[in-house]
Amino acid sequence: MNLLYFAWVRQKIGKSEEQLTPPVEDVASLIAHLKNLGPNYADAFADLSRIRVAVNQRHAGLDVKLGPQDEVAFFPPVTGG
Amino acid sequence: MQTRIRIQREDFDLNREVADLTANGEAGAVSSFTGHVRKEGNLSTLTLEHYPHMTEAEIARLVAEAGTRWPLTGVTVVHRVGSLKPGDRIVLVAVASQHRHAAFQACEFLMDYLKTQAPFWKEEARGEQHHWVEHRNSDDDAAKRWGS
Repeated sequence: MNLLYFAWVRQKIGKSEEQLTPPVEDVASLIAHLKNLGPNYADAFADLSRIRVAVNQRHAGLDVKLGPQDEVAFFPPVTGG
Repeated sequence: MQTRIRIQREDFDLNREVADLTANGEAGAVSSFTGHVRKEGNLSTLTLEHYPHMTEAEIARLVAEAGTRWPLTGVTVVHRVGSLKPGDRIVLVAVASQHRHAAFQACEFLMDYLKTQAPFWKEEARGEQHHWVEHRNSDDDAAKRWGS
């Protein structure tokens, strides 16, 4: 699974991208898995109301199912324009 | 409908973009919106980050949606990334149609949705302080009024 992090999520975790093959089936369980990887992850995902998710470059909810080939991105609510 | 979507570090030229949009002679009306970096307090730099590929795909989806709602002949969206200063241009949405109402409305629709859907993030630098701009709920409300 290819994971991408943007903006302050990237800064808190300390990297912009990583490859993982976690034993998870959906976005919610992926977040639960990541929060256990270290205090930097726990900090980034401390308040899920401030986190948005995209799966394969489409906005996605916490219940979206995941497979090993998926690209999952975590980021704050967007502020373009 | 002719669609041009560009994410770039460089500035853009409104006149040139509108000339490209109207070159085929089909448009009777062009409405455009240009967003600038607002000078607020001691803001020195605004840095824009985005999610390459998803950004273009998301904007293309919004443009296609606009094309189903209004009879458009062309849409150009240019969004800058990287380091910008107060007064700099950030974003251009230019919409061409045969008549003005469609152009006005589609331009506003695209800006409202771009604000809430396109994966860009702004970081402000004020002196030595850096902080990420917070999403505004009023932007969500602006997008919601178009229905889904």
